[in-house]
Amino acid sequence: MNAAARATTAEAPHAGASLAVALDDIAISFAVKGRPVFNAVAPTSLHMREGEFVAIVGPTGCGKSTLLNATAGLLAPAGGTVSIFGEKLIGLNARAGYLFQQDALMPWKTALDNVAIALEIGGMARAQAHAQAQDWLKRVGLARFTERYPHELSGGQRKRVALAQMLIRQPKILLMDEPFGPLDAQTRQIMGTLLLRLWAQDRKAVMFVTHDLEEAIALSDRVVIMSAGPEARIIGDYPIDLARPRDAAEIRLDPRFHELHRTIWNQLKTEVAKTYGDDMDGVEVSS
Amino acid sequence: MKLHPAKLLFLQILVAVAALAVWQVGATVPIGGDYLLPEFFFSKPGDVLSRVVELFVSGTIWKHLWITLTETVLAFLIGAIGGVVIGFWFARKPVVAAVFDPYVKMVNALPRVVLAPIFMLWLGLGIWSKVALGVTLVFFIVFFNVYQGVKEVSPVVLANARMMGMNERQLFRNVYWPSAMSWMFSSLHTAVGFALVGAVVGEYLGSSAGLGYLIHQAEGVFDVTGVFAGMFILAAFVLVIDWFVTRVEKRLLVWRPQAASEQN
Repeated sequence: MNAAARATTAEAPHAGASLAVALDDIAISFAVKGRPVFNAVAPTSLHMREGEFVAIVGPTGCGKSTLLNATAGLLAPAGGTVSIFGEKLIGLNARAGYLFQQDALMPWKTALDNVAIALEIGGMARAQAHAQAQDWLKRVGLARFTERYPHELSGGQRKRVALAQMLIRQPKILLMDEPFGPLDAQTRQIMGTLLLRLWAQDRKAVMFVTHDLEEAIALSDRVVIMSAGPEARIIGDYPIDLARPRDAAEIRLDPRFHELHRTIWNQLKTEVAKTYGDDMDGVEVSS
Repeated sequence: MKLHPAKLLFLQILVAVAALAVWQVGATVPIGGDYLLPEFFFSKPGDVLSRVVELFVSGTIWKHLWITLTETVLAFLIGAIGGVVIGFWFARKPVVAAVFDPYVKMVNALPRVVLAPIFMLWLGLGIWSKVALGVTLVFFIVFFNVYQGVKEVSPVVLANARMMGMNERQLFRNVYWPSAMSWMFSSLHTAVGFALVGAVVGEYLGSSAGLGYLIHQAEGVFDVTGVFAGMFILAAFVLVIDWFVTRVEKRLLVWRPQAASEQN
C-alpha cells in the first residue's frame, strides 16, 4: 500500500513547474477541549498537474474533505505545506473555486444575481456581469430559470446554479466536496456529464471528493484512495485510462470501467471494512 | 381542506353578526326582568356605531388618530434602527455581547409599563414619553432578531462567499445584512404591534391626545359607549396597519419559501 503512495511522490518531479496543487506532508489535526488532539490526516502528499481531474475516494470520515479544505485555504494544516502553482498558500486560495456539498447559494438572491455577484465583487459593471451570468446559466441549462429564487429550484437546479457561480470566475483550480452527494442517482449522472462537458472546454485542475467509486472512475483522470481515519493518508493512486470525451452514465458500461472498478474496489473495500469494523468494536465496548 | 374565499368571507361576517346580535339582545331584551348585558356596563351596538360615526363626522377623531400614528411610527423607526445597529455590533463583537449580556437580559425582563411614569417625568406629557415607551418594546424584538440573524448565517453560504473573494464590506452587504433583515422582517408584525401598544399604553397613563387618551377620558366619566367606540376604532386602526405591514413584508421577502413566512 505504501508503495503506491510513494510512487505518486516519486512521480511528481516529472510534472515540474506545471503542478497546480502540491500538498507536501500535509497533516491535519483538530483540538477539542478536554480530549486528546485528533489527528484526522497523517502526513501525506498529493500532487496535481494542471488540467488534471483527480478524484479522492475513501471511507466516510477519512478526512477527504479536510484535505480539500486545506487546499482551499479554509483550514490551516498542522504540518506540511500547500503550494498552488509553485507558491506557498497563505490564507484563502484565490485561484480556486469551491463547490460545496450543501446548498451554498444566497437564498435572498435570484439565480442570476447569485451567479453575477461572483463577478460584481471583482469590480465588474452590473450590466456586464449580468450578461455573462445569463450566458453561464444558459450553459448549465437554466436559461429559463434566471429569475427564480433558490427555494423555487430543485436540488439539481440549485447545483447547476452553484456550478455556474463557481465557473464564471474562471478559477484555475476547481475543488468539489461531494458536490452531487445530495442528488438522486439519475440527476447525479446528468450532473456528472454536464460537469465533464464544461470541464472539457478549458481543462482546469479538479480535485473531486466523493465516496462513490463509480462516480470517481467515470469522471476522473486519476483516482486517489485514502485510508480509514484517524491518521488517514493516501494509500492508492490509480490512473484512469478511459477515453475522453466521456458520458458519465454510458462509460459505466465500458468493460475497461469494470476492470478498473474491480482493481480499485479490492483495495477500497478493506478500508471501508475497517471503518465499520471500528464502529462495531465501539458498540461492543460501550454496551 | 380549503374554503372558497366567498364562503370564508360569509362565515367571517356571520361570526360578527352573531356576536352583535347576542350583544343587542342581551342589552335590550329583559330576561326574567333582568338584562343579561346591562346597558350601563355594556352599552349597545347601535349606540357605539353612532358614536364612531359621530367621531368621524365631527372630525375630532383625526387628531387623535394622527397623534397615535405618529407615536407608533416614531417608536418603530427609532427602536428598529437602534435594534439593528446594536444587534449587528453585538453579533460581530462577541466580547461586547458577553459583557452586556446580563444587563440586556435584565432590562428585557422588566415589565415595560413600570417605565412609563419615569418617561413621563423625563420627557413630559407630549408624544415623546409615548415614543420612548414604544422604543423600549420595539428595540428588544428587533435587537434579538438581528443578533440571531447575523449569528445564524449559514456557515456554508459564508464560506462560499469567502471563496468567491468577498471582502468584509461585501460580506456585510451581500450576506450578513440580508440575513439579519430577513429575521427582522419576519418579526415586523410583532414589532409594529408593540410600537402601537407602547403608544396607546403611554397615552392611557397620561396625555392630552391620542386613542389611549380618548379611551381613558371616556372611562373617567363612565361613558361605556365612548370606551367601546375608542376600542373599535383602535382595532380597526390595528387592522389597517397590519394590512400595510403584510404588503411590505410580501414585497421584501419574496425570496423566502412560503411555509417559512407563514409561520410568523
